[in-house]
Amino acid sequence: MHIHPILAALRKHRLATLLIALEVALACAVLCNACLLIANRIAAMQVVSGVDEHALGLVVLTGFAPEQAVDLNARALSGLREIPGVQSVSVVNSAPFGPRAGAAGVTTDAEGKHFGGVIDFYVGGPGAIDALGLHVVSGRVPTADEYAAVAQYVPKGAPILITRVLAEHLWPGVDPLGKSLWGFDSQFRVIGVLDHFAIPAPGAGEEKDPDWSIFVPALPGPNFAGTYLVRANPADLDRVMRDAAPTIAKIAPDVVFDTEQSRTLGDLRERFFRNDRAMAGLMIGVIAALLGVTALGITGLASFWVQQRTRTIGIRRALGATRRDILGYFQTENLLIVTFGVLPGIAMALGINLVLMTFYELPRLPLLYLPIGAVALWVLGQLAVLAPALRAASVPPVVATRSA
Amino acid sequence: MFTYYCDLALRSLKRNRVLTALMVLAIAVGIGASMTTLTVMHLLSGDPLPGRSAHIFYPQVDPSPASFAKHPLDMMDYRSALDLWSAHRADRQALIADSPVKLRAPEANVPPLMRTMLATTSDFFAMFDVPFAYGNAWTAQDDADRARVAVISSELNNRLFGGKDSIGKILRIRDSDVRIVGVLAPWRPSPQFYTVVAGNYANGQTADFYAKTEDVFAPFSSALEINDGNFQQFTCWGMPARAGHLTDSPCVWVSLWVQLDGAAKVAEYRGFLAHYAQQQKTLGRFAKDDTRMLDLMGWLDYNHVVPSDVKLQMWLAFAFLAICLCNTVGLLLAKFLRRSGEIGVRRAMGASRRAIFGQCLIEAGMIGFLGGVGGWLLTLFGLWLIRNQPVAYADLAHLDAGMFALTFAVSVAVSLLAGVVPAARASRIAPGLQLKTL
Repeated sequence: MHIHPILAALRKHRLATLLIALEVALACAVLCNACLLIANRIAAMQVVSGVDEHALGLVVLTGFAPEQAVDLNARALSGLREIPGVQSVSVVNSAPFGPRAGAAGVTTDAEGKHFGGVIDFYVGGPGAIDALGLHVVSGRVPTADEYAAVAQYVPKGAPILITRVLAEHLWPGVDPLGKSLWGFDSQFRVIGVLDHFAIPAPGAGEEKDPDWSIFVPALPGPNFAGTYLVRANPADLDRVMRDAAPTIAKIAPDVVFDTEQSRTLGDLRERFFRNDRAMAGLMIGVIAALLGVTALGITGLASFWVQQRTRTIGIRRALGATRRDILGYFQTENLLIVTFGVLPGIAMALGINLVLMTFYELPRLPLLYLPIGAVALWVLGQLAVLAPALRAASVPPVVATRSA
Repeated sequence: MFTYYCDLALRSLKRNRVLTALMVLAIAVGIGASMTTLTVMHLLSGDPLPGRSAHIFYPQVDPSPASFAKHPLDMMDYRSALDLWSAHRADRQALIADSPVKLRAPEANVPPLMRTMLATTSDFFAMFDVPFAYGNAWTAQDDADRARVAVISSELNNRLFGGKDSIGKILRIRDSDVRIVGVLAPWRPSPQFYTVVAGNYANGQTADFYAKTEDVFAPFSSALEINDGNFQQFTCWGMPARAGHLTDSPCVWVSLWVQLDGAAKVAEYRGFLAHYAQQQKTLGRFAKDDTRMLDLMGWLDYNHVVPSDVKLQMWLAFAFLAICLCNTVGLLLAKFLRRSGEIGVRRAMGASRRAIFGQCLIEAGMIGFLGGVGGWLLTLFGLWLIRNQPVAYADLAHLDAGMFALTFAVSVAVSLLAGVVPAARASRIAPGLQLKTL
């Protein structure tokens, strides 16, 4: 196949060629970056919470005074435990994908010189660790006498469990057991390491990693009440959560049952990522529309050219060109046009990525995306041109003898 | 001639219906996507107080220790805010702090509700042009007297009192009875500008700035007493002695808005603010004398109020429109040039280039017009989709008159843009060459 005559013919249709190439370039640039955005959102949605989401639900009560808290804890714990199917109920301040509670900056020294970042403090009462299903990889869980009363937000000087990621961030390469961190005007000593425990709002705040959290054991009391972690058999969980509101209305008619936050952890997770899912869906829709429009443009233009060149094709056929030659001509032509588009398209993709990196804190475009994008457009071009090219190949040689 | 060209264009378009439909669809989808996102962008980036925003300012001072923050914090501590407010150096001034409250209405048979209460001062309503359905704002005297009064939102009034005039009725906020003195008409500022803070820490996820307004407004001094223990700090550099009780805490949690009519007053207030900060530094209460005072729109820009997803969607839609445009131009070009013979004959028989150009442009314009109508319908559909999204600004997504006109302007511009190049190219066809090949 000689490329020279194809290039000569394209030179005659410079403007149309340029337009299709430009379309392909734009499509390539948008395709690569949209795929990156989708991958990014999907990766964010895969966050490992480190807890048994399918078996857990939150019950959040508000509108009570600290003086009523002890009484409320007692009523809620016993009332919720009586719902058939409930395995355990414990007092917590929040759970992954639940309401935000207790984020604070911490330091790794008492003087407050070495800032470690803003982390989330999970506070849990007795039984919370088992109920959550947290996985301790080293060290130990707190003993019963290490659960102390909450001073304001957390108990003073409590032993804590820390996630592996946060420990590695605070003390790189060192065994975190026995280390201390300071926050909320208090010292916290690490007694155990968790493999994962996602913060309530992963990816939404200042925290750099979803696992930047610690677990602080505490006794329910005046300053630690109102949020309850319910564990049930996954099959019973939905019914248990439905029963929770009327149960609370019966045992504590004066408090407000927070219907927004009192959900299963699965529901909370679904809601937390709803926006990301919608955005990823939108991107997929745009990519599909984009590729469809591009294919349409290629098919349309190729069809016109085939019609325009019917007589020329007939002459070529009469002079001995096979159907294969004609098919190959249009396919090669398409390959060239798409290539003209893909090359600037790759440069544009990188340019757009640089802009997105500055304004949207997106990661750098992995170079692998570029050849994949290019191949996708080549394949799209070949598929789009196939029908007109086959029509061209079926032009009989006798056309050459007819006048246009 | 125009009607004849329209007739010719219709015939030409009918010759290949599928292709015509696809060209129209491509333009319609491109315009629909762009106009939907542009409308949302327009709604979210607009001025919440048109005509007044240039006179509204957000003063900031920095009460935090030297090592704590590089810039003045987004909110103020109680003492600084109260000092600046009670100096009454601006034309109007309002303190602001949000807190969750438990509400009951002894007269209404509704279970207790948790709602947000805005603690503010009497100037708030006049300064921000808040519309009233019944009654009025409380007075400055009520602020001073810690009067047990409140203004409620139209939504809460519907919920508790069926939308009737509820002036004088009693609302129980936590454990205190307050008298309702005003009911707002529906009020939906976009964004809820007066509570915008911390946009720089939101990672672009700022959709909640567009949430609905608070349901209860109460005098600042009264609200501090009624809801003591339930106030939330913005940030602290030490532990508050008692959680939720912040008036003497090392925390920032209060905002101050001021109205300053005229450049001279603005300059004077800046001077006053700087003087206050220096004075506090001399007294040893402040470690830094940094101050800042942005106007309303400046403050919204500083907080990057438009969610980054919305901006991203807009750029994506415009890239898509560009692709659709390239596509249409290419197809029209091929379509016109295929009729080179026909055009050659017309030219040889005396038609001017201008006439050929006009004929082609009418055909392109027709595709553009159809695409524009389709685009407008798709914009309405797109906005309907956004209204069904789980975002705080969903209920705002409507096409206003300006955006409606802009949609048609964009459609016409896009269609002409798509038609100009192919029409110009077609009008330059040399008649002689075409006649020879016939």
